[in-house]
Amino acid sequence: MTNSIADIADAKVILVIGSNTTEQHPVIGSKIIEAVEHGAKLIVIDPRRIPLANFADIYLQPKVGTNVAWLNGLAHVIIEENICDHDFIADRTENYRELVKMVKKYTPQYVQDITGIPADDLVRAARLYANSDRAMMFYCMGITQFTSGTDNVRTCANLAMLTGNLGKPGTGVNPLRGQNNVQGACDMGALPNVLTGYQRLEDKEARHRFEQVWQVELPAKTGLSLTEMISNAAEGKLKCLYIMGENPLISDPDLNHVREAFEKLELLIVQDIFLTETASMADIVLPGACFAEKDGTFTNTERRVQRVRQAALPKGSAREDWRIISALACKMGYLMGYESPEEIMEEISVLTPIYRGITYHRLDKKGIQWPCPHEAHPGTKYLHKNKFSSGKGKFHAVDYKKPVELPDKEYPFLLTTGRTAYQFHTATMTKRVAVLLREDPDGFIEINAEDAKAIGVREGWPVEVSSSRGRVICRVSITDSLPQGTVFMPFHFAESAANLLTNSAVDPVAKIPEYKVCAVRIRGVD
Amino acid sequence: MNEVLTTCPYCGCGCNFYLIADRDGEITGVIPSREHPVSQGKLCVKGWNVHEFVNSPDRLSRPLIKESGTLQEATWDEALKKTAAKLQEIIKKYGPDAVGFFSSAKCTNEENFLFAKFARAVVGTNNIDHCARL
Ligand code: SF4
Repeated sequence: MTNSIADIADAKVILVIGSNTTEQHPVIGSKIIEAVEHGAKLIVIDPRRIPLANFADIYLQPKVGTNVAWLNGLAHVIIEENICDHDFIADRTENYRELVKMVKKYTPQYVQDITGIPADDLVRAARLYANSDRAMMFYCMGITQFTSGTDNVRTCANLAMLTGNLGKPGTGVNPLRGQNNVQGACDMGALPNVLTGYQRLEDKEARHRFEQVWQVELPAKTGLSLTEMISNAAEGKLKCLYIMGENPLISDPDLNHVREAFEKLELLIVQDIFLTETASMADIVLPGACFAEKDGTFTNTERRVQRVRQAALPKGSAREDWRIISALACKMGYLMGYESPEEIMEEISVLTPIYRGITYHRLDKKGIQWPCPHEAHPGTKYLHKNKFSSGKGKFHAVDYKKPVELPDKEYPFLLTTGRTAYQFHTATMTKRVAVLLREDPDGFIEINAEDAKAIGVREGWPVEVSSSRGRVICRVSITDSLPQGTVFMPFHFAESAANLLTNSAVDPVAKIPEYKVCAVRIRGVD
Repeated sequence: MNEVLTTCPYCGCGCNFYLIADRDGEITGVIPSREHPVSQGKLCVKGWNVHEFVNSPDRLSRPLIKESGTLQEATWDEALKKTAAKLQEIIKKYGPDAVGFFSSAKCTNEENFLFAKFARAVVGTNNIDHCARL
């Protein structure tokens, strides 16, 4: 997030795109509702009529996968009606002309034809967002999990820059991070192309600093992304995977393909707190400790680095993950002699400019938001205050592209996937909590009433859902939150894993799979 | 009774709460933190019930090694020795880029940092990623 969660109270307009906030980020969702009760205007744009839509002044329901079209449409209206922030555009951005040229054809009518959003509603939304000097934008996986994910993110940034809703309180471009520590895992360089704090691998000086501290020469070539590692394993090029605290056999797209790939590995090491679907396939399973059993830090979606503190001992002979990694490194002849996570943080802050001022002592009860460049720095509530870190903010002129797989005769429904309010990700933790399991015990598919009638099924009946990659059986849940032709499945459940169906086609830049769109067939079963 | 302030392990909101541990060190409940800038005394249903999975009987408590198709309990020494030896064998035979790492958005910053350090400095590959995209 460029801004902070507390900014929600300062925003006059809140725009929520592709985020089922009240269910996936409940505490942020409730802050948005509070802001609305205090007079903020809310615009919700989502193919599913999510609960937050009931609080919205304007709700737009685009077809799944048409984000760039309506985002360009909003930009079109803002430019055409001359309600942009010309000072901001002149002082802080570049490439404006290119954007103007690109969005020219995205008239409200043209956008309506692609997305199904009524032209008048699009115009109203554009005006409401652009005419506010404190408009805050939130988005989530409904923007990123597409083969056009990078384009979607860029066109979101276009809107904020066009209207000057960036670099001040109550504004910003605010992606909501799904997992508790996705932000931190990225910050720590658990990515194939960057070291900690987004220092690029190609940057010789940065690499050199790490080499000095780590006393070893580092590889400079960009590594494989997660989806590439799976395809390389399938081709027999990757021989070993070491997986810590993830369950790709539920969470990754096209699961049959993932399983085949894992079967080809010579060595699969899994470090986890439960014997997950993935761990069951492993050659070696190393028992880790859960959050309650260790010290450390997590970084939340607003860049707040916060303490995790040990309240209990690891189970049996299980160990904290940092101890396991250190012990293994030592066994392989590389000394890692850390006595505590605090010592590891000292090394992180030495090597990472945005974490330099962070110490356990300073984090205390409230944490600190990075960038925090030195020990007297209070942390950063919002980014891009007077300038962008890269100089000028660049407008990206991108054209709408269709998702890779759309419904056809054989697979006539568009399936989109996500989470429910009560289960979490692969449900490894939440299926072991009684109240959560009571609310959401098993997998289901949400279908519009008309579609259900046409298929000949009723609420609670079992159906077989298949795509060209796999099939699952689950029960029907009738909903009026989806238009005809579009269906939704949560991906949490191993017994009816939605990811047996999903497409593993990825965005060319961000390598995010297209979880949000694939084509399926549905039929009733006995 | 022991109260320990910590951060929720589920979503990116990053609410804080106190974990309540009884005298045997078993975690029995959760109390929200009023002072915390995000949660301000609130939590969602997942946060309120977080202690339940911690105490699940299914938790892994020993290293396991696959022997003729089934996972068998092992000591740490055996498991670590075997992991190190097999990793070294693969690196020697195919080079470091034949090894890949999935790090975790559930683990701490310190653990992600160490895992990335292990991949880059110990094994010698940049094949490391995590489920940011999933
Ligand atoms: S309590 Fe709920 S809203 Fe808060 S971090 Fe945990 S899962 Fe997210």
